[in-house]
Amino acid sequence: MILDSKIPAGPLAEKWTKHKFSSKLVNPANKRKYDVIVVGTGLAGASAAASLAELGYNVKAFCFQDSPRRAHSIAAQGGINAAKNYQNDGDSIYRLFYDTIKGGDYRAREANVYRLAEVSVKIIDQCVAQGVPFAREYGGLLANRSFGGAQVSRTFYARGQTGQQLLLGAYSALSRQVANGKVKLFPRTEMMDVVVIDGQAKGIVTRNLITGAVETHAAHAVLLCTGGYGNVFFLSTNAMGSNVTAAWRAHKRGAFFANPCFTQIHPTCIPVSGDHQSKLTLMSESLRNDGRVWVPATVEIAEKLRKGQIKANDIKEDDRDYFLERKYPSFGNLVPRDVASRNAKYVCDEGRGVNETGEAVFLDFRDAIKRDTRKIIEQKYGNLFDMYKQITGEDPYENPMMIYPAVHYTMGGLWVDYNLMTTVPGLYALGEANFSEHGANRLGASALMQGLADGYFVIPYTVGDYLAQLAPTKVDENHPEFARAKEEVKQGIERLLKINGSKPVDYFHKRLGKIMWDKCGMARTEIGLKEAKADIQALKKEFWSNVKVMGTNEELNQTLEKANRVADFLELGELMVDDALNRNESCGGHFREEYQTPDGEALRDDENFAYVAAWKYLGEGQDEELVKEELVFENVKLTQRSYK
Amino acid sequence: MSWVTKTLNSTLGKKLIMALTGLFLILFLTGHVSGNLLLFKGDGGQAFNMYAKFMTTNPAVKLLSYLTYISVIGHVIYSIFLSRQNKAARPVNYSTSKGSTNSAWSSRNMGVLGTIILIFLVVHLQGFWAQMHWGQVPSVTYDGEEYKDLFLIVNGAFKQLWLVALYVISMVFLGFHLSHGFASAFQTLGLNHKKYSPAIQTAGSIYCILVPALFASMPIYIYFTSY
Amino acid sequence: MKLTLKIWRQKNAADKGGFATYTADQVSKDMSFLEMLDVLNDQLTEKGEDPVHFDHDCREGICGMCSLYINGKPHGPQQTTTCQLHMRSFSDGETITIEPWRAKAFPVVKDLVVNRSAFDRIIQAGGYVSVNTGGVPDANEIPIPKTIADLAMDAAQCIGCGACVAACKNASAMLFTSAKVSQLALLPQGQVERKTRAEKMVAQMDAEGFGACTNTGACEAECPKGISITNIARMNREYFSAVVSSENV
Repeated sequence: MILDSKIPAGPLAEKWTKHKFSSKLVNPANKRKYDVIVVGTGLAGASAAASLAELGYNVKAFCFQDSPRRAHSIAAQGGINAAKNYQNDGDSIYRLFYDTIKGGDYRAREANVYRLAEVSVKIIDQCVAQGVPFAREYGGLLANRSFGGAQVSRTFYARGQTGQQLLLGAYSALSRQVANGKVKLFPRTEMMDVVVIDGQAKGIVTRNLITGAVETHAAHAVLLCTGGYGNVFFLSTNAMGSNVTAAWRAHKRGAFFANPCFTQIHPTCIPVSGDHQSKLTLMSESLRNDGRVWVPATVEIAEKLRKGQIKANDIKEDDRDYFLERKYPSFGNLVPRDVASRNAKYVCDEGRGVNETGEAVFLDFRDAIKRDTRKIIEQKYGNLFDMYKQITGEDPYENPMMIYPAVHYTMGGLWVDYNLMTTVPGLYALGEANFSEHGANRLGASALMQGLADGYFVIPYTVGDYLAQLAPTKVDENHPEFARAKEEVKQGIERLLKINGSKPVDYFHKRLGKIMWDKCGMARTEIGLKEAKADIQALKKEFWSNVKVMGTNEELNQTLEKANRVADFLELGELMVDDALNRNESCGGHFREEYQTPDGEALRDDENFAYVAAWKYLGEGQDEELVKEELVFENVKLTQRSYK
Repeated sequence: MSWVTKTLNSTLGKKLIMALTGLFLILFLTGHVSGNLLLFKGDGGQAFNMYAKFMTTNPAVKLLSYLTYISVIGHVIYSIFLSRQNKAARPVNYSTSKGSTNSAWSSRNMGVLGTIILIFLVVHLQGFWAQMHWGQVPSVTYDGEEYKDLFLIVNGAFKQLWLVALYVISMVFLGFHLSHGFASAFQTLGLNHKKYSPAIQTAGSIYCILVPALFASMPIYIYFTSY
Repeated sequence: MKLTLKIWRQKNAADKGGFATYTADQVSKDMSFLEMLDVLNDQLTEKGEDPVHFDHDCREGICGMCSLYINGKPHGPQQTTTCQLHMRSFSDGETITIEPWRAKAFPVVKDLVVNRSAFDRIIQAGGYVSVNTGGVPDANEIPIPKTIADLAMDAAQCIGCGACVAACKNASAMLFTSAKVSQLALLPQGQVERKTRAEKMVAQMDAEGFGACTNTGACEAECPKGISITNIARMNREYFSAVVSSENV
């Protein structure tokens, strides 16, 4: 099988404009005859649902939370990139495109990334018009900051709550369409399956989380805006409810899953405090602008520290190893996320970690406070410092912060073509749920950009092109495929409820997370991955024979919800391992220890691996089939990333 | 429903009425307390009695007094409407609630305070206002003109310790009611501003102590000085 | 730490519900409050009892999904969300009472889970600027004084958790509604629909069955995002001036 990415011909900068022109249009009077399902109400979902409803389509929007406003996009702190060049510092659409391609370690499509950079400027306009209170200068114009090591200031932000403000903007647009009757909202509803008829997506099966009712919904197109799958690691910065179920069930119905092993580990998270830990909290990467990362120079000092015999502030300057500044003199503490994370892991593996578990490094503001005064630091990071103190009980103004990397974002996801359509016609994937724009590593402040680009400015054009080819007649919900899919979902739920084993769902989820983190996390080896595969298979078996799900289907049953999700994580975990095993190179978030330069940097293999690994589901218990989409680079030259 | 009734039936409309009537009653109290200060004049009640006559006969004052009645009645009735709405808004109560950690006691008990003040008001009106209007009040003559000797009635009343105590205690409740009501009325009217709100708060704090204290000092003064 | 937990259990909306008492031992001070409940739930599951249902999602204090009325206060003793509350705020041997938000407009769904869709409907009534995607001016064509942008941001921080309603003795939603009315009334983008927005959002707030505002300030004191009641005054202003001057009869 050959994957057709449907990238339009022509010069890079003209592709999207030409494509929009050549896309078919739906007659305005006919738009109301088409139904579109949007699953997930984060940045991608809410913006898509609102924009499509504004055009006149009938939209049904689903989310598992009690309100669309709670989708996890809300937790993004830092900001959103846009090539506005308001700062006159040399930014341009091409530079944003180039930075994103390079930052992604050349594992993304040029055309998609260019389009992303191109529409980024419109996103800011749109959000401002909605009343998103971005930070401003005294002159009343928008403020920008440099973010995540970018050489230009192109990041727009709303204090440390940019994701929240952008999501509330999209949510307000969505709410307006709900009031207009163009969007029907289904909160506390989880998507359980996609209904595919004659090879085309025609609807979904859902479970009402309050009543347990399994229902079907028909539509001409289905948009999955269901976020990433970082919770496969159990501990991540994702929300507790974030899951892969919608994407995974779509995958089982024929949508290819691309680059599942590309996961981003964020370097500045609050370390794990014990077995009870349920999730990890990210602290904005902006902290690295002023904080200095260090560990004790020797294992002996680190041991004393861990035993509580000495305190961080007792350690003399000469006994501190500012390892990022030492190894990367030009970027220092501002090296990209993957590099910062991996180096933290190395020093901890050497036994120089600083908290009780030995899995933490210091992020020290002592020198910044000395240089700028405490007041300035408070203004810049006050809310982050408060949050740190709230969680750890330690005062970061007095003692250095402790940080450790945590899973944060998944670059992989459902394979989509240039139109964001998966390999199932009529089924689309937007935002983090798809694999497209970030390659093997995502740059800071680019996730929000992608989610909104997909929802506001890409899908309204591309979905129209598809719908225009369908007859404007209602999708028949009485088609036997709906009943069949519904029955299968019911059986799946029953199967879980019947096991009545002895261990709670979290017991399995935690074990899966540990396997993934240890063997398919920041650094991977062939041996480790092979072990992981066997471990996951065994765990999956145990899960299906010994999990204990209390209660019934016909009620609010949070354990059942979790069990459903973990069942899918177990299958996804195996595919991630397969993908990591297949990719015999290191790139971005995927670091295979066998493939590194003599000084420990990621070693890409462009000759053999400049492709998207798309996986085709073949059936229960079978290894998936790898289908490659070769990446063609016509505009950028592939270079080795260097931050020395 | 016209837009007027719709507005007045809205939660904010009802609150508007509470605030406006409340503020009017605050104005009334100010006038009332200043006039009554004549009790301290030590002229055997002449100035006070003349003032009392003026207050019951002057047409402008009459108009104000009707506004006062309306305000009292409106304040009471709308407080009942609002209390019912508020009660209905939380049909099941908390088993444990620590309101004291997030708000002032008086602000949470305006209804209770108001009810006590209303009971006091009935006693008070019955004792003096009704007497003045319809009761048997002895007369007294100043400069050839006849006046009702309300001063005598007041003096007689406040020789009774229990009544003095009732007045003083009631004024404490009034003080608490005002301690929240004064600034709260401005907040309801939307008059909250960084520059002016501190002044309103301060004025409220002074008012809620000063006015009830002056009122309370009257029965006490009379109790200890009356002949 | 060893704790006694008095938790509200209610099978569904129709059930009467009541308190059940549990013991949580081996509670670590570093646990978050919700992690303490996670551990309890795992123990309940292993014993074959129905776990305690409660809402939560991001556990970073921003999604607004967690609730819980803990020891007489929404989100517990600290001015933060329940997910950010840690067990070091409690002492060994303490009894902790956990109840759902109580309001007619927030009916209990199960145990500690309530339905807060009334908030969504208030926003749907007018908590937006009616602009379609595309066709908007360049972002810098609308200069906004920094002070105004900051005030709007202060109001926009609301996470819609409902602690204001839970804390209010009248179960009033004034702080929530006023935060959105304020944000959009302050910004130039919100001017066009300013009057209609205030009227419609207040009307919807009333229709949901929330109580009135007694200006106790409890909402502000308990709001995890510190939203100020000056927003309530602003909404009152907006509403009163709207009803007397708008074209909506």
